[in-house]
This record gives sequence, C-alpha cells and structure tokens, in this order.
Amino acid sequence: MNSDSAPRIVVGLSGGVDSSVAAALLKEEGWQVIGIMLRLWSEAGTLNRCCPPDAVIEARNIAQQLDIPFYVVDAKQAFYDAVVEPFIAGYASGLTPNPCLRCNRLIRWSFLRSRAKALNADKIATGHYARTKLLPNGIVQLLKNPDTEKDQSYFLHLLTQDDLLGTVFPLAELSKAEVRKLAREFSLPVADRPDSQDLCFVGQGDYRDFLRKSLPNALRPGPILNQDGEQLGEHTGLSDYTIGQRKGLGIAGPEPYYVIQKDIENNALVVGIKTELGRTKFYTHTTNWIAGSVSAEPFPAEIKIRYKSRPIPGLVTPLPDHQAGIILEEPAPDITPGQAGVFYQGQICLGGGTISLEES
Amino acid sequence: MNTPTYLDYGATTPIDRRVLSVMLPHLESTFGNPSSLHYWGQQAERVLDESRQTMAELMGALPSEIIFTSCGSESDNLALRGGALARREAAGCNRILISPIEHPAISNTAAQLATQNGFVIETLPVDSTGRILLEEMKIRLGADVALVSVMAANNEIGTLNPIPEIGSLCREHQIPFHSDAVQYGAHFPVDVSNLPVDMVSLGAHKFYGPKGIGALYVRSGTPLVPVQTGGSQEFGLRAATENVPLIAGMAKAFQLVQEEGSQRIQHLVPLRDKMIRDVLKNIPGSRLTGADPDSRLPNHASFVFEGLDGNLLIQVLDSEGYACSSGSACKTGDPKPSSVLTHLGYTPDWALGSLRVTLGKDTTRKAVSRFLEILPGCVQRVREADQ
Repeated sequence: MNSDSAPRIVVGLSGGVDSSVAAALLKEEGWQVIGIMLRLWSEAGTLNRCCPPDAVIEARNIAQQLDIPFYVVDAKQAFYDAVVEPFIAGYASGLTPNPCLRCNRLIRWSFLRSRAKALNADKIATGHYARTKLLPNGIVQLLKNPDTEKDQSYFLHLLTQDDLLGTVFPLAELSKAEVRKLAREFSLPVADRPDSQDLCFVGQGDYRDFLRKSLPNALRPGPILNQDGEQLGEHTGLSDYTIGQRKGLGIAGPEPYYVIQKDIENNALVVGIKTELGRTKFYTHTTNWIAGSVSAEPFPAEIKIRYKSRPIPGLVTPLPDHQAGIILEEPAPDITPGQAGVFYQGQICLGGGTISLEES
Repeated sequence: MNTPTYLDYGATTPIDRRVLSVMLPHLESTFGNPSSLHYWGQQAERVLDESRQTMAELMGALPSEIIFTSCGSESDNLALRGGALARREAAGCNRILISPIEHPAISNTAAQLATQNGFVIETLPVDSTGRILLEEMKIRLGADVALVSVMAANNEIGTLNPIPEIGSLCREHQIPFHSDAVQYGAHFPVDVSNLPVDMVSLGAHKFYGPKGIGALYVRSGTPLVPVQTGGSQEFGLRAATENVPLIAGMAKAFQLVQEEGSQRIQHLVPLRDKMIRDVLKNIPGSRLTGADPDSRLPNHASFVFEGLDGNLLIQVLDSEGYACSSGSACKTGDPKPSSVLTHLGYTPDWALGSLRVTLGKDTTRKAVSRFLEILPGCVQRVREADQ
C-alpha cells in the first residue's frame, strides 16, 4: 500500500478489465487509490446493467487484489433525477435522448467528484479510452484515443475544464490489446464488461416497453406520412421509432421506406425512400466547448453524430446561447435530435452539444 | 497506510490472547468428538463439561441450563422459535410480544413465525430512547401470550432495558421471558439466580472471544423444542457435534468479563462520555440516539447528523483511518434508514446520517481525542458533498 502522504485518487471501478487496469496503473504510479462503484437506479424488480451484483463482486475482488479500499456508493436517486427523468421527458417531447451523456456529466463526474472531494481525493480516474493534454496556457485539451475503434472521447465532450483538470485517464493512448496484456501482467481478470450499457436502467424488455409504462399517455398512434403529406399507414407512437429506421414500419411500396423525421406537433412519422433520407444541416444546443469558449468564426471540423458513427467533415458555426450550426460535406442518414453532435479537428475534441434540427 | 483505529467493538472484538491460548490445544490434541466413548472422546467431553460448568457458575445457573450454539443469532432463533412452538403445544397460546428495536435475529424470526406458523406478533411500546414502557407492557400481558422477548441492551443505540422489571411482570402471568443479552453480557454480569428471566442469549465474539460460538441460558422447566434436530447433544436441544475449541474459548472469555468487567467499564465510561459530550458540543445538527449515559452500554456512543449520508461518512472516516459503523451503512450501497431509528420517530433526513462509535478495552484516550479532532471536518465534508 502506498504511503499516507501520497496524493489520493478515486477510481470508478466497473468490475471490467479497463477500469481495473486503470486502477493498477495509478497504484503503480504511487497514488493512494480508492475504488468506488456507483449503484444506479433501475426499473423496479430489475438490475441496473452497469452495476449488477456480479459486477460488484468482480470489482470488490479486484480491489482486494490491488489492496485498495473499495466502497459501493448509492447514487440511485441522483441517477433517477439526473438521467432517467430527463430521458422520459426527452422522449415525451419527441427527442431520442442519450442517457449515457447526462450520466457521464452529472453522475460519473459531478456526483463522483463530490464524493471524491469528501474523501479528500484530489482527482478521479476512469477507464475511458481518451487522453488529456495540459497546454502551456493552462487549458486542458481532450484528445482521442488513437485506437479509433475504442476511442471514447465522444462520451466526454461535455466535461468542463474543471472536470478535465480533476480527472486522470490512465488508459490514455493504450489500445485494447495493450490493456489486456497489462491485465495479464498485473494478474487481473481480462474479461470485459460491456462498455457503458446504453439504457442500463431499463429492465428485460426494451426501452419502448419502459416508455409505455412511464408515459402511458404520450405514446399515441398517429399517421405515417410521406414528404408530400400523403398518409401511408399508422404508427404506434413516435417514441417507438428512430431516425433512419427501416424495419417494422409496416408499409409496402416499390422501395423500402425509412424514418426521416418526427413531426411532434402533428404526431406524425415522416418517411421517405433512401434518396430522401439524410441531411447535411443541423444545430447543436447546450453546446460545450472543451476549451471553455470559442471564437465566433466558423471553422472546419470532423463531426460525429453518434458514438459509433464515422466522423464526417463539415463546417461548424458557433452561435449565441450555447448553440452551433453545422453543415456537413455529405448527408448523414441518421441525424437524430436528442443525440450528441461532437466536433473534432484531428485528434482534438473541441466539444459538442445536443442535436436539434432547428435553431432555438 | 497505517493500521486504522478500531472503534467498532459493538460489531465484533479482537480475540484476547489468553482466550486464544486456551483454545489452541483443543484444535490440535484434544480433537475428539465429545460423544465418542473412547479416550479421545472422554478428553474432549471433559473440556466441554468444564466449560459448561464455568459458564453456569458465572451465571448462577445449573450446567444443564447452558446450551452452546453457533452464535447469538442462533441462540435468539432457538429461544424464540423453539420457545413459541413449545408454548403453543403446551398451552395453546398464540401471541408473541417483542420490543420494536430487537436485533433482526429476533424481529425477522418473529416475522417468519407469523407468516409460516400463524403466530400473532405484537411490538411493545417504547419511549423515545427505545426503553420499554412498563405500564403499557402490563396491559398487553395475558394467558394467551406464548413468549416475551426484549433485548437487554440495544446494539444500535446502546439503550439498556429494565430487564428485572420486565421479567417480574412476565412472572406474574407465568409467561416465559427471553432476553437477547449479546451486547449487555459483553459488559455486565448476567446472574440468573437473581434475575427473573427464563432464557438469555450470549455471543462470544462481542467480548474478546472467538466468532462462531454462542450460548443460550434456558431455565429448567422452560418450554422449548429444538430448532436444529439430529443427535442428542446439548440435552437434545441443539443437534451437532460440539465445537470444543470455541466452547472452551467462550468460557474463558466470559470468565474474563466477570473478572475484569468493572475495570473495563471504568476505563470505557469516561471515554464514551467525552465522545458524547464533544460530538454534541462541536458538531452542529447532531443528536445522541438512545438513552442517556447512565442507562446505556458503557462503550457505546451513537449519533444522528442532520442532512448527511451516513454511508459516505463511514467511508470518509475509513479513509482517515477510523473504523466505525452506521445503522444505515451497508456494503452493497443500498442504504435505508434504520428501522430502529425510524421507529423512534427520526425522519430520513436525520436517520440516514447515523454514526455508531463503540469503544473497547484497548481504546486509548489519545485515539478518542484524535478521532474527535477529525470528526467535525469529516461531517462537514460529507454534508458539502450532498449539496
């Protein structure tokens, strides 16, 4: 165990290989490491898939092996208020929210950092595949992990300068293969827990069942229209569909139909054929600039509209009220209001915000 | 990291070296089964009989009234379940009276007796410190009561109950009376020749004895059927090969409580009183839970702090090198306000911020002072984290 005078750091342990290697690396660097797992809310009678009991046991075993203290911290109410409620409300207003993003900002950072502070820990650390770099002017940059398959900077675009200053990403530029190799060297389990479990709080069914229960009145059937306003069929409730979806529309035509837009005002689902799908122009709201601020000049960037999507080159124009206007060089088929648009220049993540089709 | 300071003697205690040295030979050489007829069996049986004799003498009981079990919880189970079932068979009574602040070994056993065996469970009214209200109890006694069970001292809030008075009331109605003295017996003599109790639970690890061993005193003639059936060990009341090394260790540890108890109390009480005084004085929004110092366990200080996450406080104290506990703290991160504090009327805003500090014979004044120095800052930091 490292000495009492060593700086203290709280590591979020998930029971998986990434966070355990992160903890082991910090210990090796001489930090006084404290492992914490957050207990998150889940639907009554179900387990939250980010922290089921077997993951708690795994994380505890890892902490014992590393000889670091380990605490399970209740964050159920905070998670419900910060993530689940806005998720339901987002769908109610026709968006497709990404709960992991709010969870990262408000739970895995704000909440965990407040706990870390109480524990007299200067910093927190996570097993994310991303890097930070402190520039001479005191600004912390957020950088991609070079392994583009694993890079998780997309989920971190909404962290503040204060968050980034208070965070260590021990995996930094390591590849998954290197992390596995390190796990073997540290004699840690190499098994993966699935990454951030999208919709970890929804029970066995899928999110549609969860929304039906949570929003019994909001899911009203309505018309399926083409771009000319002709009715082609009936939908079961707008939340049941995602932009770009092809299967399960139940309408026949010479060519397959895709979901193009949700018309909240008229409770209509707008569909079209493949050539009608895709757009180049959208906005982001509640945009976070990693550097804290940005000049008002338009700038070229590569834009990711989903975690797993390929970055598309385009032009980003910062707008007042934390907004940005984006014009892509080529249309993307699945620009989805409620998801995040994240801007990069090469390895540098500049920030991002919540996708909207309109300027507010 | 330096070894943390242990302030959780109410949870368990380290084994006394003198106890360990009594146990060791029986783990190795006196290994026989006391039920065996041969030399080895007789050697082991001698240790068993001597230990039982010691326990009986120290309690003012007969050796045949001492039943060794695996722990305090098992003693509670045997007394409540075995006692209730036997009483119903003998006298047809169906009501069980317990205090509302019993250890789960009693409250959950009572709940099961209600759902599986059809007993009616009633909780006795208590005052704001958890103490049984005798007048209220009196009017609830009757010929249909199978059993009364009231703990002698509460583990969470330290309150002592008026056991002689409760026992006398039960005697008047000829109702068997059981008392969980797992915490009480770790500090005070339990002399059943002077005490109107019929069954008493004890657990060795609360008084510097080994874990995994307890005892139930059962007054001759008390209706009781075994809960664990099998061989005829322990007078047919608890089947299992007797755990001779642990039994010998329990007898030795219990003997040391009687010999050194008043000395230990003299050491503990001023430290405990300093703890209570300083916390209430120096920490805003703090309250003592349970009884005043003159009617609580000598090593026990328990508090609630308003608007504070008790679980986080225990973690913060642990990281500062102090081991304490909380009524609401749990290792699975699923805190609920303690049922004891809730019953006593504490709102969740107070009940979730509970802290129990229990001192031991090896606790130094210096350790208590150091703890009291860092505690206000820890409470402050935990409160800030919740904002």
